[in-house]
Amino acid sequence: MNLLINLLGLALIVGIVWWFWLSKRAAPAAVAPAASVIMVKDGVYEPERIQVPAHEETTLHFLREDPSPCAEYVVFADLDVNAQLAVGEETEVKLPAMEAGEYPFTCQMQMYRGTLVVA
Amino acid sequence: MVESKKVFTLHGASCASCVHKIETVLNQVPGVKQARVNLAEKTASVWGRVDTGACVLAIEQAGYGAELTTVSDRELREQQREADQKHYRDLLWRAGLALALGLPLMAWGLITGEMSVHAPVQQVAWGLVGLATLAVLIYCGGHFFTGAWKAFRHHNASMDTLIALGTGTAWLFSMLVVVAPQLLPEMARHVYFEASAMIIGLINLGQALEVRARGRTSAAVEKLLQLQDVSARVLHNGEEVDVPVDEVQLGDRLRVRPGEKIPVDGTVLEGSSLVDESMLTGEPVPVQKAQGDFLSAGTLNKNGTLLFTAEKVGSETRLAQIIEMVKNAQNSRVPIARLADRISAVFVPVVMVIAVLAALVWFNWGPEPKVAHMLVVATSVLIIACPCALGLATPMSVMVGVGKGAEHGVLVRNGKALQQASKLTTLVVDKTGTLTEGTPKVTDLETEGDKDELLRLLASLEQASEHPLAEAIVDAAQERGIRLSTVQHFEAIIAHGVRGEVDGHKLLLGNRKLMLRENVDVDHWQAAVEALAGKGRTAMYAAIDGKAAGLIAVADPLRSDARSAIQRLKSLGLEIQMLTGDNRATAEAVATQLGIDWVHAELLPEDKENIIADLQAKGGHVGMAGDGINDAPALARAEVGFAIGAGTDVAIETADVTLMRSSLHGVADAIELSRATLRNIKQNLFGAFIYNILGIPIAAGLLYPITGNLLSPVIAGAAMALSSVTVVSNANRLRLFNPSEINA
Repeated sequence: MNLLINLLGLALIVGIVWWFWLSKRAAPAAVAPAASVIMVKDGVYEPERIQVPAHEETTLHFLREDPSPCAEYVVFADLDVNAQLAVGEETEVKLPAMEAGEYPFTCQMQMYRGTLVVA
Repeated sequence: MVESKKVFTLHGASCASCVHKIETVLNQVPGVKQARVNLAEKTASVWGRVDTGACVLAIEQAGYGAELTTVSDRELREQQREADQKHYRDLLWRAGLALALGLPLMAWGLITGEMSVHAPVQQVAWGLVGLATLAVLIYCGGHFFTGAWKAFRHHNASMDTLIALGTGTAWLFSMLVVVAPQLLPEMARHVYFEASAMIIGLINLGQALEVRARGRTSAAVEKLLQLQDVSARVLHNGEEVDVPVDEVQLGDRLRVRPGEKIPVDGTVLEGSSLVDESMLTGEPVPVQKAQGDFLSAGTLNKNGTLLFTAEKVGSETRLAQIIEMVKNAQNSRVPIARLADRISAVFVPVVMVIAVLAALVWFNWGPEPKVAHMLVVATSVLIIACPCALGLATPMSVMVGVGKGAEHGVLVRNGKALQQASKLTTLVVDKTGTLTEGTPKVTDLETEGDKDELLRLLASLEQASEHPLAEAIVDAAQERGIRLSTVQHFEAIIAHGVRGEVDGHKLLLGNRKLMLRENVDVDHWQAAVEALAGKGRTAMYAAIDGKAAGLIAVADPLRSDARSAIQRLKSLGLEIQMLTGDNRATAEAVATQLGIDWVHAELLPEDKENIIADLQAKGGHVGMAGDGINDAPALARAEVGFAIGAGTDVAIETADVTLMRSSLHGVADAIELSRATLRNIKQNLFGAFIYNILGIPIAAGLLYPITGNLLSPVIAGAAMALSSVTVVSNANRLRLFNPSEINA
């Protein structure tokens, strides 16, 4: 019994490390097109990875359903862009032309996390 | 595509049949569940899984125009306030329900000590309590579980994950005790339903208090938004018509009466009045406005009626730009937060690993009941850890600090500028326009002949010059009503002066070098010129037809509060250095009057940037205060560029910190504010780090050898709920900040 519980505990730790770090890096979530409506709900942006073309201005569409103040702003820290999101209505966020690369976007507290994949 | 509501602004819809026509075409667009037109507001609201372009196209094909409505800042703010209120009540209700179950259960446990399952009757009783707790977990804490599950699916973990795991584990263990007590040692047959309910209740309560406190952090932007009037009085065909401010067009003529706000930016056509601009500039004294003066939206007309032309409307007004800048700065990252950001990103999974490790340690080496201890320790570690406090520490302080700056006429571009301003060791100040008014005036005119005649000749000569000093001489002649003659053969001699012919006389006006070059003997006037330079005035020799005729001195008056502002900046520990293109004697005189120890005189515009680079190379953290236009390269080179441009558009675009008020005190305000904000951020970060660094080991049972007790998960939940509220409340303390202005 003792051995089983210890093995279970160690398996849990390995599972946590694998799920939250290793597998995430190995297989990032599918990339959605820029025209998608990004849902802001239950602590996640859905879809969380958005593909936008490089060297072109882009407009993203956010639909915030989480009324808590945590979700009020979306912040693109690398681009110096942020936007206040209306509750229950689509909010357009205009982004400048970007070089190819990955740019994170988050809520103010960085609990909501998403990635712009510029290619 | 997801289901949502879209609102379109309609063009060309004017009657009931239009309403029917538009609703019909919209209802035919694929995905539209419902479409409704509001004729009074000229809007169409569409519900469903719809494409914006398809809706616009359908309306256009029906013969009308349409565009997706953007929600104004003010509407967004009001909407958020309503959402906050609803969310607050909702959280309070959930907290109340959960505590209504948790508190009696906790009291029962404390009073009777009967929280174990040893008999079938107890199994039934605790089974019912377990089901009631499950209802509480689902109704009052369901959002934590859905959030945790969604985050998990995205390989993320958040505060929801910790709460869901903590309360879920406690409930599952307790149900195992109820359903199959025989599987556990007798000492471990303890139920923790009260912990699950109490934790959910306390965290909902904490979040409700946090929502309240967070609402106050955006008070400054709300105040700015409130400045914007909703309607304007426009003159159409000689009649005054009240129209929504959004409908004011460029070139419209508007009237404002005493006590009314200026609705858009513009220039006064008729009338004169005192206008209170304190809300934008922080300058308490109202400003007299008359024909040709500029009016800013949001300022308050005090005592007269003004007619003015609209020159900037909507998002182009200075007020709208300020609001935009403040909102951007409030959400920008501060370099000091990088460490907290990095920790936040891995915090929750690390805590989960710690919780499992702590549970294993207690299982392997802890005293009996080992299984119960495992559960208490794992739950407490999961619950006490608070990623929110870390995440909130910086943004909340920046929100309040940047907003507070705006209240005092200090516009900070971003969090980086705010942090750098707090570390400055040297402030380089451009003399003209910053320490002085920037509008030179003639102060002395000496001649052995007719003063007015000399002034007439010199002003006639200087008409052709673009130098600021020339403008002062021309202005002086015009003020005295002197009519000027035409100048011929005008020549500006760089770094010397000017020459030309007026009414047949050959004139020279300039410095000693010019006179030496032209062989004019000015020894007679030299002592007077040196005496004037000693007073900080720029004196020039005048020669008529090759003979010295006298001198004229021009000075740019010092700003009335420049000396007190310099003293204040020095008391903040800054070394003040003055830059000027003036000659050394004049510059030294000004510096002495103001108490400035370091002077760089006789500079060309490009020298200013090099001086800042040199100071930085010597290890100084250098800020630069200038007018935001002529000093652009130097402002950009400095770690923080302060533009004292009274809020010119160019200054707002380029400077790190824009001072709406034309006073160097604004720089001191900005530095004091940045230091207060950084101090607040450090307190928050320190508090959040220390809380987690101490809280997690205590929850893991570190103090057990001393106290003989483990930390209750309920106490862990209360501590966690309080930690976020404490961070937001501490940030709100910044709202009490006031600059320590020393009056001149």
